[in-house]
Amino acid sequence: MSDTHAFVPPGAGAAAAADAAAPGPAAAESPAHPDAATGAPLLEVTDLVTHYPVRRTLTAAAARRPRSWVHAVDGISFSLNKGEMMALVGESGCGKTSTVQTILGMVRATGGAIRLNGTDIAGLPDRQMRPLRRTVQMIYQDPYESLDPRFRVRQTVEEPMLVHGIGGSRRDREPLIVRALEQAGLRPAEMYLDRFPHELSGGQRQRVAIATALVLGPQLLLADEPVSMLDVSVRAGVLSLLDSLRRDADMGILMITHDLSTAAHFADTIAVMYLGRIVECGSAAEIVRNPQHPYTKALLSVVPKRDPREAAAPQILTGETPDPVDVPRGCRFHPRCPVAVDQCRTVDPALRVPAAVGASTGHQAACHLA
Amino acid sequence: MTSLLEVEDLHVWFEPPHAAPVHAVQGVSFGLNAGERFGLVGESGCGKTTTILALMGLLPPNASLAGEVRIGGTNILAGGEDSVRPFRWKDIAMVFQGAMNALNPVKKVGWQIAEPMAFHGVAEGKAALKRAGELLELVGIPARSASRYPHEFSGGMRQRASIAMALACEPKILLADEPTTALDVMVQAQILELLTSLSDQLGLAVLLVTHDLPVVAQVCNRAAVMYAGEIAETGPMEELYHNPRHPYTRMLFAATPDLYGEGAVASIPGAPPRLDAEITGCAFRPRCDIPIDRCETDHPALLQIGIDHRAACHRATERAVAGPPPIGKDTAR
Repeated sequence: MSDTHAFVPPGAGAAAAADAAAPGPAAAESPAHPDAATGAPLLEVTDLVTHYPVRRTLTAAAARRPRSWVHAVDGISFSLNKGEMMALVGESGCGKTSTVQTILGMVRATGGAIRLNGTDIAGLPDRQMRPLRRTVQMIYQDPYESLDPRFRVRQTVEEPMLVHGIGGSRRDREPLIVRALEQAGLRPAEMYLDRFPHELSGGQRQRVAIATALVLGPQLLLADEPVSMLDVSVRAGVLSLLDSLRRDADMGILMITHDLSTAAHFADTIAVMYLGRIVECGSAAEIVRNPQHPYTKALLSVVPKRDPREAAAPQILTGETPDPVDVPRGCRFHPRCPVAVDQCRTVDPALRVPAAVGASTGHQAACHLA
Repeated sequence: MTSLLEVEDLHVWFEPPHAAPVHAVQGVSFGLNAGERFGLVGESGCGKTTTILALMGLLPPNASLAGEVRIGGTNILAGGEDSVRPFRWKDIAMVFQGAMNALNPVKKVGWQIAEPMAFHGVAEGKAALKRAGELLELVGIPARSASRYPHEFSGGMRQRASIAMALACEPKILLADEPTTALDVMVQAQILELLTSLSDQLGLAVLLVTHDLPVVAQVCNRAAVMYAGEIAETGPMEELYHNPRHPYTRMLFAATPDLYGEGAVASIPGAPPRLDAEITGCAFRPRCDIPIDRCETDHPALLQIGIDHRAACHRATERAVAGPPPIGKDTAR
């Protein structure tokens, strides 16, 4: 999968915002065929912009002060192939959850394109979106919250099939439920079918949540911090399950995580987000061993190491991520950047291949100095 | 030499109304010296939070306890609430889990930090508020922020403020329960650096409770790994990582991904046992990869392995316990 390009170089984010909402030509021509072999990547996000309006106070509205916007996602591009796992890494408020919610269609994109097997799904009406939703499934962070406590495992896994009208009768659905549970590593499935969530451990609950996604036969899984609520001893098991789903079932997985160690271990590619932009992306090994953006370098330096002898030299950034309503001019990172120069205060750097790395690696960083 | 804090054979039982009592802490002993950073590590339900709540005398009414907790030689558990109160906050203070919820949302931050000072006769009125400002400066927040409300603070600032609050009465021991769990990596690094520098500067003994082994590895000198209400292994951090003598310690490290580690990350099969029934033999046996017959019947006691290094495993002195020597250690770098 490394022969295909991992990342699409983004155009200017501002330009993308301008030609918003206009559906891509692909959407007009080809009807929604999730299974069509188009040769296009499984997921291709181009110049995606998601802004939320900030509620104005009455006085501000009366004074006709301009409405302000939260620049949650501000022009990001990437693509994900089948069988590939990509980690979206960054601090809270960097826009990683908004990115995933926009891809899912829970939040409407302000601009840009989201192509699923070549079909632009950004701004697609609900009716046309519904059959496509089967192809994209979500795994949430907290399996203590995401499962209905009054539903038995059987009902929880059956529910999405009822929504999508799959399997004629209860009897037809049963083997599908069993297969999904076993695919999620709950074997033998019969042992779990009639249990309630409170009878399961955290790891088992998350596997039920994964089975609920798998029962629809998705091609793309979006996982939002899938293990951060789980105990250390079971995290590796759930991550290995995701790993096997992409290897054996050829699914594409987009995983949100704040844990760079996890990303380094399980993902093929890592995209580091800061204030609504991807500031660095490339193969996991490249990002971890050869970071080029000062933000990535700082993030990596503060990850605690297992070995107490590995004297950490944490490069601690002061303050916190700026307000996404009032994005800094020039490079968004410059107010916290330890190496910022004059140019950084005025010119917004685009993602490009850094001087120190080969163009063939797919490694890109948005820094004037890289 | 006696330690600043000594915990000896601490037991805690919870008695739920309609169920069997839960033996949450089962004979935990450890000591803490001035300026030392000690980690208490384990999975959820292993008894680490219950242990430190017992040290603060903050267990719910349905808990009963046994054993001794000595501060400067005095057993603070001897006479219930009356014997703990003089020590709480003045000698031993705590930073609670969940920075967001530990502060009162309708009181100004400075006022909240000053409140315990008056209660314990450290300072009052204007003097207390002035000291609250100084404490905020100490934890890296401008003193003028004392007149702000918690919602005006970010998560990291709230956690700093709750550390300042714990330091109000100049305690010698600071208990921190998962102080960085809800925070971002960069803010986590800031808070851990703060805790480290406070213990270095003020000679504060820090007891860090967390499930995050790498955090303990980077911050603490010594640690205890807890399992099913007991200490499975305790010793200097380096020993625990490079020379683990309890299979659980080894497997816990192996289950933790490392940024540059190349070995496979493996989960530990099974789940911890329930604590509402007597456990015969070793509590870890069902999940252990090297059990022997004896583990079924005999409860392993903490064995002395080296200076200050003890492990509760029948095979602690054998080579096999350490497992394959480099646990995901990256040799390429």
